Amino acid sequence: MSTSQLIINLIGLAAIVWIIWYFWLYRKEGVRVNEAGGVQQVQITVKGGYDPDVIVVKKGKPVRLLFTRQESSLCSEMVIFDSIGKSAKLPEGETVAIEFTPDKTGEIGFQCQMGMLRGKLVVQD
Amino acid sequence: MHSRNHASARKAVPGDEEKIASTRVHAPPAKRIARDVRAKAGAHVHSEETDHETAAHMNEYKSLMAKFWFATIISIPTLLVAYPNIRYLYVPYLFTGTVSEGMIRLFWILSGVVTLPVMFYSGRQFFTGAWSAYKHHSADMNTLIALGTSAAWIYSTVAVLFPSIFPEGTAEPFYDVTAVVTALVVLGQALEVRAKGQTSQAIRKLIGLQAKTARVVRHGVEVEIPVEDVEVGDIVVVRPGEKIPVDGVIVEGFSAVDESMITGESLPVDKKVGDEVVGATMNTTGSFKFRATKVGKDTALAQIVKMVQDAMGSKAPIARMVDVVSSYFVPTVMIVSILTFLTWLNFGPSPALAFAIVTAVTVLIIACPCAIGMAVPMSLVAGLGKAAEHGVLIRNGEALQLASQLKAVVLDKTGTITKGKPELTDVVPAPGFDQKTLLHLAASADKPSEHPLAQAIVQGAQVRGVEVLEPSSFNAIPGHGVETEVGGQRVLIGNSKLMWREGIETGMLEAEVTRLQGEGKTAMYVAVDGRAAGVVAVADTIKEDSVEAIRVMKEMGLEVIMLTGDNERTARAIARQVGIDRVLAEVLPEDKAHQVHLLKAEGKKVGMVGDGINDAPALVEADVGFAIGTGTDVAIEAADVTLMSGSLKGVAYAIETSRATIQNAKQSLFGAFIYNTLGIPIAAGILYPAFGLLLSPILAGAAMAMSSVTVVSNANRLRFFKARSFTEVGRTRTAEVSVS
Repeated sequence: MSTSQLIINLIGLAAIVWIIWYFWLYRKEGVRVNEAGGVQQVQITVKGGYDPDVIVVKKGKPVRLLFTRQESSLCSEMVIFDSIGKSAKLPEGETVAIEFTPDKTGEIGFQCQMGMLRGKLVVQD
Repeated sequence: MHSRNHASARKAVPGDEEKIASTRVHAPPAKRIARDVRAKAGAHVHSEETDHETAAHMNEYKSLMAKFWFATIISIPTLLVAYPNIRYLYVPYLFTGTVSEGMIRLFWILSGVVTLPVMFYSGRQFFTGAWSAYKHHSADMNTLIALGTSAAWIYSTVAVLFPSIFPEGTAEPFYDVTAVVTALVVLGQALEVRAKGQTSQAIRKLIGLQAKTARVVRHGVEVEIPVEDVEVGDIVVVRPGEKIPVDGVIVEGFSAVDESMITGESLPVDKKVGDEVVGATMNTTGSFKFRATKVGKDTALAQIVKMVQDAMGSKAPIARMVDVVSSYFVPTVMIVSILTFLTWLNFGPSPALAFAIVTAVTVLIIACPCAIGMAVPMSLVAGLGKAAEHGVLIRNGEALQLASQLKAVVLDKTGTITKGKPELTDVVPAPGFDQKTLLHLAASADKPSEHPLAQAIVQGAQVRGVEVLEPSSFNAIPGHGVETEVGGQRVLIGNSKLMWREGIETGMLEAEVTRLQGEGKTAMYVAVDGRAAGVVAVADTIKEDSVEAIRVMKEMGLEVIMLTGDNERTARAIARQVGIDRVLAEVLPEDKAHQVHLLKAEGKKVGMVGDGINDAPALVEADVGFAIGTGTDVAIEAADVTLMSGSLKGVAYAIETSRATIQNAKQSLFGAFIYNTLGIPIAAGILYPAFGLLLSPILAGAAMAMSSVTVVSNANRLRFFKARSFTEVGRTRTAEVSVS
């Protein structure tokens, strides 16, 4: 094996390790939500993903998520909160609110219809 | 289909602090949503919103098609100068008759330059999408296509600019892959957008049912106003052949109304003063005025649309399994691509680097996460829409999947199998009397009575054109019957106790009474001037299509069980007539849920069909609760499936459609999995050692584009699904009615 070939092999293996770390193992810090008027409100931009996609909220207080889709790709046309049975169409450029009150700690996931884009709410005491 | 149609997703208005819908978060979704329906606010049916969405889809389609044509126009010359070794495909050779090194390189460089705008105009969304996903630590279809096309371009450019770093004669670019794959994948996306539009056609059809204008009486004058401006309490005028704009109650006139678009019921329904009419249904020949009771988001149509939209946004349980797969899919493909590259580089034949890059790119391009992710949602949307067109509203994906798995269906008797109100069934005269006289006397004698059995006899006589007089005297004898005088004759109607008390010989009529009771009917003796004149019988009659619906359910392999509070004999009699073998009779209303529970304990998935009010606990207990609508009352909340019409056929239809939908989803899912599990190894070159077969990246691009289009098209097949439970006869009739 020539040196250049060895280097390429090492780069390849490093890339694999990096993919595993970057896409699977990396854990993001959640964004804490500002509370105003008794409502925990957060703006979420939808563009190739949800930004922010990990949101920390408090139990027992109403949550209002304001989704704004800034792309025309149909993939993100809908957001689904499966575990609480809510969903919404997100027309491009319009802000759509999802509201509910979490009554239990834990995680509430949300995603696009196909499950390619994901985010979650972390409900804490 | 727009945000504002969603109760849970209202448009955010600044300072809009009113009612945060507080929802119990951890109740099981199916039942929770059921309870939640009424609490939810804000459901509009705005056709302009659907137009808006259709327009957005159209724009997306047009923009993708423009990108496709641009990529195609560049692809063709790029392909024609890509393979100098294949002379008859190499256009410069065909023109000049010679091939020189300089010429080849010149065309390669030109190809490299013209494919750049293909990548950054036609393929722009792949790169922006991949970048956005990357920032979120995720990767999707865009990532794969962006990586594949750019790797091909970069490798090609290196090969053209620095041929010396490659072994002699192997430095060949493949710009054509970048251009053609971009063109194909963009075309696939465009076709997908179009097919997606068709999948949700059903709901657009529903929304489109709404009338645009209404003719209302304001200040004593008839004025035509937009339907949005109709207010509760307005008097609305409906002329022959017009669409009824909103829900209300008739105050003047009468007509027959075609409600097929809402209930799926094919025959027009007679409407008179005091009857309810539903917006979006079609008046036939009469004309009438009605008082608006529900407008805007409260109309039955608006609620139906909202329910169907909510259901379309839900997930079927099988989709959850898919979600796990799709979250690992793209990074896995990237890893496979790297491993492919390294394997070819280390162990492949010469030119190893060229093989390595081509196979790695092919792996990236052939993998299609979209096909996997779209399979279930697309089928769900098509199936739910199809069901809604037939007046069957399925609450969500979970209810649909459970409905497809049902093994037993429990039918409540009264009001579900039967019409729920008694009708005159038999008139048996004794010797010396004829049917007409007997019915005339019996009906006249019963005229003043308010007892439902008596009313059934009076109505029966009227329907048969028999004259009904007012009796000159009337005396009800509790527990026995009535004693009256009709046209100077003393007429008695009642049970055997009454006959015995009056000392009347019933003789051979007793056998008739026993026979009628055996058929589940209520039989009454009629005596005239101290002599038995005959027997009349009334019964809760079976709905016209119950027998057929039950036959279809049995054909589908379902066990059909009847549940009733009635006595065993009556229950058996009805069961025999409709072809049900298993009867649970004399069940108290509060025990119905328990009986359903016991059936579930037999290990079957059990569906329960009832009226949704008295049977609510049993509907909730069942795996799938079917509320059978009387008319168009969509406020039936305990149910997973709501049948807008009163016909049992809806149950069979709901189950058939659910089965077809889940089967369709499974087909797509299976296809997508097979495609990827076979496609990726073939792209990686697994067939090369044995057969010398390698997949061209261009073919991979075509396969990838087709696979997601196939999934959406397969879902669209559901739109043409024909159920056994709806016969052609019924449908033709509907068509005729809507024309008249």
